[in-house]
Amino acid sequence: MKRLVQLLLPVVGIGLAVGLWWVTSLNIADLPSPMRTWEESKVYVLEPLAKRGEMDQGILRLAFYSLVRVCYGFLLGIAIATPLGFLLGVSPTLMRMFDPIMQILRPISPLAWLPLGLVLFQKSEPAALFAIAVCSMWPTVLNTMAGVRAIPQDYWNVAKVLRLSRLTTFTRIIVPATLPHIFTGYRLSLGIAWLVIVASEMLTGTPGVGGFLWQEYNSLVYSHILLAILTIGVVGFALDRLMGLAESRLRAM
Amino acid sequence: MAFIEVSGLSKSYGSGASARHVLSGVALSVERGEFVSVVGSMGCGKSTLLNIVAGLVDADAGQVTIGGEALQGVRKDAAIVFQNYSLLPWFSALENVRLAIGAAAPQWPRPYQRDQARRYLEMVGLGNAVHRRPGQLSGGMRQRVAIARAFAIRPEILFLDEPFGALDALTRGSLQQELALMCSATDRQVTTIMITNNVEEAILLSDRIIPMTRGPRATLGTPVPVPLPKPRSVSQLLHDEDAGRVRAMVVERLTDSVRRPLRAARRLPPLPAEPQSVGLVSVESE
Repeated sequence: MKRLVQLLLPVVGIGLAVGLWWVTSLNIADLPSPMRTWEESKVYVLEPLAKRGEMDQGILRLAFYSLVRVCYGFLLGIAIATPLGFLLGVSPTLMRMFDPIMQILRPISPLAWLPLGLVLFQKSEPAALFAIAVCSMWPTVLNTMAGVRAIPQDYWNVAKVLRLSRLTTFTRIIVPATLPHIFTGYRLSLGIAWLVIVASEMLTGTPGVGGFLWQEYNSLVYSHILLAILTIGVVGFALDRLMGLAESRLRAM
Repeated sequence: MAFIEVSGLSKSYGSGASARHVLSGVALSVERGEFVSVVGSMGCGKSTLLNIVAGLVDADAGQVTIGGEALQGVRKDAAIVFQNYSLLPWFSALENVRLAIGAAAPQWPRPYQRDQARRYLEMVGLGNAVHRRPGQLSGGMRQRVAIARAFAIRPEILFLDEPFGALDALTRGSLQQELALMCSATDRQVTTIMITNNVEEAILLSDRIIPMTRGPRATLGTPVPVPLPKPRSVSQLLHDEDAGRVRAMVVERLTDSVRRPLRAARRLPPLPAEPQSVGLVSVESE
């Protein structure tokens, strides 16, 4: 009985949210009701992989374009962020040197990076990757750094006592000790990358969930905006869960 | 000059008014092959002393020479066993030991390193737990792995920092016994410095016991020799007269170091010069 209630509670929450949406749509003429949203977008959902035109595609196909872009940008970001985090964690001098720059660069919005990327690379695709990489790398840098600094003195003593070489100390002690922190960083970074992709697609008009959202806004099909928003939320949630799963696997090791 | 020679050692942490002077003017000499225990109460600076002599921590002042050379970092021929095991939790017991062997003898092929690691783990009775990780081992078993790791590099010098401090009394007893056997079983002379707060443990294992005064500004008291043949056993020491005398002397010096200058020697009968002169139960192992 208690289990059943526990399972039903989220359903009740979702129901309440949909109810709020419905009540709001009664009062604002331009906001489609849940039913109308479903009617107008079911072709995107029921044929999720269809391709009818550049922007007129099934929702999964659109999400897939965005995910591929996020994947590249995220990989680029963590490929820079992970070594940087290790370096800053190991060396207080480097940390001192770069901390102010990091603190300044970190709060910059993806919307601000994107134009710079367009100036640097001339094309929208590399500009989007640039924006994703630059925005999403910070949690990984900071978590890796914190992870290295949190390595207990005991492990450093082991390295000293066994006279491990630098390389062995890195691969056998620093990396395994920091891995859980790194994965927390990756999870946060992926979340940010997903935020950035939507913004960058909206600005550059490339096919993907964000591009679709912006186009449908311009063509006044508001129910598709809601479809896109829900898709972004669900995919983001799934990504976070996947990374969380990988993370807890790692911690259990 | 003794094999390990320490003089004028001082160490403080922090600076100014908040500075903690842990050690001041500590001197110590240990002969080659000798087993010396430094006994003192918790927080008196024993571990700091050991960390300095082992080369893990730099002293503020003073000198440490081992085999005539000034100490520079951890020596290749030294092994350390810590109270908290200091095993790497992401590796199996075998890999923890193999890592030490691999660092000490990188020229050996991996399979041979692994065989050696297994051999040392078998010596401490962990032959069937080699693939378990530290998290899957009890405290006593973990410390056995740490001991195997220390002996696996065939050290000339062994530093033991409260090696059994975190173990329950029963485990403690059996591990002490095993350490005593391992020390006497090696074909080479191993020079050992052990830090402990347990007088029995010191009597069981040492040739000499050095009481340490309470910090701050801790120094070492007059050493008490332990004139009993080795290996010794806990049960044998329990009823042995000489062991009792040593025990009394160490305890006296430790408590004196808190209150007043050393007077223990005057109150106690002198120790026999020759260890063999007193009737003792001979070598016994359980």
